[in-house]
Amino acid sequence: MYTIAVVDYGMGNLHSVAKALERVAVAQRVQVTYDPDEIMRADKVVFPGVGGIGYCMGELERLGLDQAVREVATQKPLLGICVGMQSMLDHSEENDGHDALGLFHGRVTRFEDGQRDPVSNERLKVPQMGWNKVAIKPEFASHPIWEGIKDGTRFYFVHSYYVTPDDQSIVQATAEYPHEYCCALGKDNVFATQFHPEKSADAGLQLLSNFCAWNP
Amino acid sequence: MGLAKRIIPCLDVDNGRVVKGVKFLGLRDAGDPVEVARRYNDQGADEVCILDITASSDDRATMVEVVQAVASQIFIPLTVGGGIRECADIRRMLNAGADKVSINTAAVSNPEFVREASSRFGNQCIVVAIDAKRVNKKKEAPRWEIFTHGGRKKTGLDAIEWSKKMAEYGAGELLVTSMDRDGTREGFDNELMQEIGRHVNIPLIASGGVGKLDDLADGVEIGGADAVLAASIFHFGEHTVGEAKQCMKNRKIEVRL
Repeated sequence: MYTIAVVDYGMGNLHSVAKALERVAVAQRVQVTYDPDEIMRADKVVFPGVGGIGYCMGELERLGLDQAVREVATQKPLLGICVGMQSMLDHSEENDGHDALGLFHGRVTRFEDGQRDPVSNERLKVPQMGWNKVAIKPEFASHPIWEGIKDGTRFYFVHSYYVTPDDQSIVQATAEYPHEYCCALGKDNVFATQFHPEKSADAGLQLLSNFCAWNP
Repeated sequence: MGLAKRIIPCLDVDNGRVVKGVKFLGLRDAGDPVEVARRYNDQGADEVCILDITASSDDRATMVEVVQAVASQIFIPLTVGGGIRECADIRRMLNAGADKVSINTAAVSNPEFVREASSRFGNQCIVVAIDAKRVNKKKEAPRWEIFTHGGRKKTGLDAIEWSKKMAEYGAGELLVTSMDRDGTREGFDNELMQEIGRHVNIPLIASGGVGKLDDLADGVEIGGADAVLAASIFHFGEHTVGEAKQCMKNRKIEVRL
C-alpha cells in the first residue's frame, strides 16, 4: 500500500490536511508524522505550515525534518502548502528575516499595508483572508495537478507573505492582491501552493486528489 | 480583481445541538451540528463558525466531539469559539479540526493572551470577538463600549480603542457583534463597522441583526465588512447561502459562486 506522509512539526492545523487527504486518497495510507525516517520511507509527502516562518524553521530543524524535506524534494512527489511553500525558498523577510530551506531561489515578502483595489479603490487588508481567483498559466493547464480545475477557480487563502521565485518559469499560477503574485509553483516532482487546498471545498479536494494520483 | 466577500453561517451549539434564541421564544432546536454544517457547505458557505454557548465543563468535551465530527465532513474553514481561555484550549480545538478560534471574554480579562496565542499559533487562526453596545446619549456623537459574558457585563472599554489594541496584539480578524442589533432583525450596526474599519487594517466580520438578505449586502457595501455572519435567517430554511450570494452578486459585490 502506498503511503502519503504529512509532515508534522507541531504547527497549526495539520489535521485538516490529513482529513482532506483521507477523503480523496484511494488505496493510500495517510500518515501524520514527525519521524524523518517515516517521511523518507513514504511514497509521497505533504508539507503544510501555518504561523511564523521563524518558529516553523526552528521546529523543522529541532526535529531534524529540514534535511528530510530537502531529500524528499530530490526524490518523490512533494506538496508544500502555505508556509510550507514559503519555506521552500531561500529566505523570508518574516520574523526580522529568516533563512529557509532553499529548494528554490527567491524571496518571501510581505504584502504592503494600505494598498487599494485598482477597480473598487477598496483598502486591502493584511492578512489576505478569503477566496481569491487562481489564474493557471496556459503552459501548465494540462499539468496533472490541475486536472478538472478551471482557470479562475477560487481557492481559500490566508497569508501576509508571498513568494517570488527567481526562476519565473516555475510559476504555475498567480493571484492578484492587488498585484499579480505567484500562488502555485512546481518543478519536476515538487509542487506548492500558497492557498489551502484542504480548505477550498470541491476545487481543493480535486487538487489533492490529483496530487494523490500524480506520478511525476 | 477580487477577493470574494465571505458569508459565514454561525452555529450556536448547546450540549451537542444547534440552537438559536428566537426573540421572545427562548432557545429553539435547529438540528444536528454535522448535518447543519454540511448543508451550509453544500449551499456554498465560505466558512462555518461554531460557538459553544454552554457553560458546564462536561459540555466542553462534547464540543470537541462536535468539532471533530464537523471537521471530518466539511472542507472549508471552521472557526470555533466559546470558552477559549488558554493556549491548551486552542491546541485542543485545532487538533479537533478547527482552523481558527474566536476569543472574547479571555481577551478582555487578559489581553496578553491574544499576543501569546497569536505568536504561538499565527495570527491567521486568532479571531477576536467583540460585543459592542452604543453608550452615547441621544444627540451625542456615537460611542460604543465592549461588553462580555454574552453582553451582560460592562467593561467600560471603548470599542474603537479596543479594536485597535486587539489588532496590535495580533488578532488576525475581528468578529464584531452589535449588542443593540443582535436578535432584532434590523440589520447590522454599519456605523460601528465603518468606525472600526477606519482604524484597523485586519479583516472585519459583521454580526448581529440580520433579518433579510439585503442586510448582508449592506454590511459589505455600507459597513465595509470583509465577511458577514448570520444564523437564524439560514437555520430555519428562510433563505439559503446561495440566495444570499445571489443577492450580493446582484448588488455587484464579489462572491464565490
